[in-house]
Amino acid sequence: MNANSETLQAADGTPLKKKLQQSLFRNKLRAFGLVSPLLIFLIFLFVLPIILLLWQGVYDTRFSNLMPETSNILEDWDGVSEPTEEMYAALVIDLVNARKNKTIGKVATRVNRELSGTRSLFTSSAKKAAKLKPPFKKSLKKLKKKWSKIETWQAMKVSSNVFTIGYIAASLDYKLNADGSISLQDEKRRIHVKLFIRTLEISLIVTIASLLLGYPIAYLMASLPLRTSNLLLILVLLPFWTSLLVRTTAWIAMLQGEGVMNDLFVIFGFAEDDDRFSLIYNKTGVLIAMTHILLPFMVLPIYSVMKTISPSYVRAAKSLGATNWTAFWRVYVPQTIPGIGAGAILVFILAIGYYITPALVGGQDGQMISNFIDFHMRKSLNWNLAAAMGLVLLVIVLFLFWIYDRVVGIDNMKLG
Amino acid sequence: MSTQDDSFVVFERVQKSYDGLSLVVKDLNLRIKKGEFLTMLGPSGSGKTTCLLMLAGFETATHGEILFDGKPINNIPPHKRGIGMVFQNYALFPHMTVGENLSFPLEVRKIDKKNREEKVKTALEMVQMSEFINRKPAQLSGGQQQRIALARSLVFNPDLVLMDEPLGALDKQLREHMQYEIKNLHKKLGVTVVYVTHDQSEALTMSDRVAVFNDGQIQQLSTPAGLYEKPENAFVAQFIGENNKLTGKVKNINNNEVTVKTAQNLEVKALKVNCGEVGSDTTLSIRPERIHLNSKYKNKVNALVKQLIYHGDHIRCLIELDKENEFIVKIPNSNIQNNLKIGEKISLSWDSKDCHALDA
Repeated sequence: MNANSETLQAADGTPLKKKLQQSLFRNKLRAFGLVSPLLIFLIFLFVLPIILLLWQGVYDTRFSNLMPETSNILEDWDGVSEPTEEMYAALVIDLVNARKNKTIGKVATRVNRELSGTRSLFTSSAKKAAKLKPPFKKSLKKLKKKWSKIETWQAMKVSSNVFTIGYIAASLDYKLNADGSISLQDEKRRIHVKLFIRTLEISLIVTIASLLLGYPIAYLMASLPLRTSNLLLILVLLPFWTSLLVRTTAWIAMLQGEGVMNDLFVIFGFAEDDDRFSLIYNKTGVLIAMTHILLPFMVLPIYSVMKTISPSYVRAAKSLGATNWTAFWRVYVPQTIPGIGAGAILVFILAIGYYITPALVGGQDGQMISNFIDFHMRKSLNWNLAAAMGLVLLVIVLFLFWIYDRVVGIDNMKLG
Repeated sequence: MSTQDDSFVVFERVQKSYDGLSLVVKDLNLRIKKGEFLTMLGPSGSGKTTCLLMLAGFETATHGEILFDGKPINNIPPHKRGIGMVFQNYALFPHMTVGENLSFPLEVRKIDKKNREEKVKTALEMVQMSEFINRKPAQLSGGQQQRIALARSLVFNPDLVLMDEPLGALDKQLREHMQYEIKNLHKKLGVTVVYVTHDQSEALTMSDRVAVFNDGQIQQLSTPAGLYEKPENAFVAQFIGENNKLTGKVKNINNNEVTVKTAQNLEVKALKVNCGEVGSDTTLSIRPERIHLNSKYKNKVNALVKQLIYHGDHIRCLIELDKENEFIVKIPNSNIQNNLKIGEKISLSWDSKDCHALDA
């Protein structure tokens, strides 16, 4: 068959395949021309910045650039033996230079991430480093006792690696040791895994809740006459006309201790006046607000799929002897799976990176991973860790996508 | 009411309105015998599909009673009626294979697996589709889907099968083939079929009886031959087959023969079928193949050949009687020696029995 198709030729004797490609080339070129402005925009303002930021999660040149001598010599150090005089000498040279270039603060911050409490060691030692006399090992030890500790040197060795999996390890509650091994963080410093799990849990609950709430709405809209369903569609889309911030703040007014919901609970006797439900500034508040905000993303794909399902399928099922429920469950619902899949994945992906709502109504136990990424970006200024956490989040999402593709099939998804 | 016992399906004074302002079905009375192939034929909007949906249980009658096997079924939900149905778009469940589609009505009837498999196999053999049992409907052609839909509507042995324009989406050749197959299945299984279509040739070739619907009413209920040969009113004459019509006033009635005077002062003798008293308006109907190009019969007119269309087995001849009336005449190809020419003046005649005087 292959040989056969090779011999196929167009009227002028060129192979048919080549001819076809020639005739399609102009069309392809045109299509590319039409999308290229957006493509260029996306590459330079979206894809590249993301890649550059994520790159920081595994690539950190700060210490090796600012402390070149020490970095060079630390490369050969095994991480366990007693630091030598040359190492101390290199350190002093770098400290003096760093002080002169006013970069010692950055160095101190970097090492402090690996071993907290070393910031002042660096800044104060650098001030006096210029006056130190050899042997430096002795004089540095005399200046600050911590210089004799092997942990300080190990922290510097870890910091000096340009390519490091230290940040990724840190975002998964592991730490990178000086000898290259990885071990679990101290128990009280393990917060990230718990946070990832909580993020996934909140996203999953929000997805399931919006499916349970959204499916009946979509069904109603799809079965009503066009005019009524259009009105309902406007109601579903109405929240999009107000800012996300306003909607979230509205939930604060609704859910707070003296808010509308609690007042109603008290009036109807579900709660005592002095023992009201705490519905906000915790996980409950995040779940309620996020479900509300993400609901339209579930309703719309399901609705668009339902609209295309001919009523004759359910009629056929009934004429074949199926009860209303059987006809719905075995004939109607399976045909809406592409919509459910699209809606669920849309809501889940949006939820997993949700930021504003948990930040506003989350309180302590409603914080999600993006709130921590934000914390490291703006407060602790540990961009490398933020990038690493973002990288881990991205990998988790891609992994879930892969599972979804395996189970449901990505091409089985219908967005409208 | 004497035929009550041999009527399998009875519509009694059934009316249906969707909006409370107009009736889609007006006073329908229809008796269908067991094992009969009855077709509801009519233009779209004539109420035929509504009648079918009421029988299937998807619409409720606004007034009147529908009896199925002697029992009123107005309050029985569709799934308890046990009526098979074939839909216009087949309505095969796209997420199930052919086998699962056929097995579905048996599963909901809680038939055990072994019996189910056997029945599915038999039903597929019946429509010669056994090798497609594991295909999805989307992998089948229109004709194949049609066969599966047919098999599915029959697999649970219903006594009554409803078909809502089942061949509407097929091309002409396949449609004719399927007509023949459905007819054969009907004969073999002895099942009662109520068939809805707007295609008159389909209705004529397949049915035992045809109910012609128009404007929410049955215009005529008759055998295919009866409809064609003896139309009871002008609508049926016009709707079934090709028809030439003349309008005029009744001048004289003599037993079964009426004399009609047309607006052009032409006097025509015709068979009295459904016309009023002397002086009332009437429509005369003559089939194209009953008009002869000679002056053998009493009814004679002179006319002008306007157009000749070659159809292979016959030649369609458009003939102008006067400024307002044109006739179509079919000339068999064997008479080609007639050698008509456009613009030629000829004489037409027909038997007065073939000319029906109907309502205005």
